[in-house]
Amino acid sequence: MPPRVLVVPQPQEFPLLYAILCYHDEAAVACWSKAEEEAVMARLGVVQETLAKQGRLGPVARLMPTTAATTLRKDREPALVMDGPFAETKEQLLGFYIVDCASLDEALETARELGQANPGGAYEIRPLLLYRPGSAGA
Amino acid sequence: MSETIEDPAWIDAALTSARPQALAALLRYFRDLDTAEEAFQEACLRALRSWPQNGPPRDPTAWLVLVGRNAAIDQTRRRAQQQPLPADDIIPAPTESEAEVAERLDDAHYRDDVLRLLFICCHPELPATQQIALALRIVSGLTVAQIARAFLVGESAMEQRITRAKARVARAGVAFEAPDAIERARRLAAVAAMIYLVFNEGYSASGDSLAMRAPLCEEAIRLARLLLRLFPAEPEIMGLLALLLLQHARTPARHDALGNVVLLEDQDRSRWNQAMIAEGLALIDKAMRHLRRGPYQVQAAIAALHDRAARAQDTDWRQIDFLYAALEALTPSPVVTLNRAVAVAKLNGPAVALAMIEPLAPQLAGYFHFHGVKGALLRDLGRAEEARVAFDRAIALANSAAEAAHIRQHLDKLAKDGATARPVPSA
Repeated sequence: MPPRVLVVPQPQEFPLLYAILCYHDEAAVACWSKAEEEAVMARLGVVQETLAKQGRLGPVARLMPTTAATTLRKDREPALVMDGPFAETKEQLLGFYIVDCASLDEALETARELGQANPGGAYEIRPLLLYRPGSAGA
Repeated sequence: MSETIEDPAWIDAALTSARPQALAALLRYFRDLDTAEEAFQEACLRALRSWPQNGPPRDPTAWLVLVGRNAAIDQTRRRAQQQPLPADDIIPAPTESEAEVAERLDDAHYRDDVLRLLFICCHPELPATQQIALALRIVSGLTVAQIARAFLVGESAMEQRITRAKARVARAGVAFEAPDAIERARRLAAVAAMIYLVFNEGYSASGDSLAMRAPLCEEAIRLARLLLRLFPAEPEIMGLLALLLLQHARTPARHDALGNVVLLEDQDRSRWNQAMIAEGLALIDKAMRHLRRGPYQVQAAIAALHDRAARAQDTDWRQIDFLYAALEALTPSPVVTLNRAVAVAKLNGPAVALAMIEPLAPQLAGYFHFHGVKGALLRDLGRAEEARVAFDRAIALANSAAEAAHIRQHLDKLAKDGATARPVPSA
């Protein structure tokens, strides 16, 4: 009997989409000079452009500062709206939605609907500063 | 971190952003502004030596507080050995363990610490300019030279001003125990007003002083963000930050190449900063949900209506009139009524607006903008001679060359229109 060969599937056969989540000290980022901010954006732009040309870039978003955030705690009924970002550490980031809303009220309404479908935990609602839809996985 | 060694910019940004919280915590510990500042300074020097090699600490603020505190205690001990003074008075008793100190660096403490640090700069006895200078020096960490440039005074004069202001707040004494809810609200209101002063100092700049004072707007926005991060559920602080962002968004279009002010209705709106407008709109939306109306929210809403109009003629003057009426009810002031009259002129014509501002004359006789608005209304009514008198009065009261230059444009135009409308008999 010939030895069984383990065939490892090549990545391109099972393309995966990865989310790369950006964390940084927002107060420190807010202290960047205009020149520094532009330099960082230019460097990122080069990387993003290469990815886009390869058809590998999905949506890119830059969020507004956490001061613009509202949090909906959906682990209670009715869900509780709180100002500010999600700050607990015992829960983990499991996913996200990008939704077109006319106002924070509408965004909260949408979050409540999602929360009724999936109670527990919380949603942080944060407006986007920048959004490029991208094409990967489309 | 590959950028660590060759690019120290991240250290500058980290130190600048940590400054208010770190300094505020050190102030709580030492209860003396100069000692706290020296301690922070020493901690920054050590950070500049240590961080490039070791990378940034996990919590830069806590690092700076602990290092600064220890450095200042060492310093005090050394001084005490050199000159034997009543040691108990000057050496802060280092009774707590490091762990206890670290424990006290939690957010709740930081919150009141930073508020206290900001509040110290708002002492009611200090004139507005000194409050601003003190806040920029202490909280923002600008150098005396930078502040002197912003105020167009010499460095030694500014140094003296800041020293005197510091002495005055030190004499006044600020309570170091955690404030109760009422005291906290009082401090918040005073600090918000001071931040708005810092912003206005930059926003009212024009001409030669533009480049030197414009950074004050960004500094004010940074302070407002700091305050809102500490008090995330205060609608008036949301309103304040929204107001600053919605006004600052117009900065790229507010001056011509010579630094002269371009009026709102003449600005190239494509140059407005849309990201700032978007953030301001999101914040005012968030604030309004609290249904706790306040002057900053109303002013931000007015700014939002201007920013949302793609063209000047799309401005929703009816809403703006309504909001100014709300502002009049919240903070009655002839200046608010004067602003409202501008909206009323757009809605109901110059005659109605003029009737509205005429009763304000006794209170606003010495106010540049009153005569500017009055002149414009009279001009629109075809009362050129009276308009000229009002414009002349405005020029006499102008606070800057740019303000005077702006009114002079009106006068020139008036003269030109007059010349074409009524041909003067040739001499």
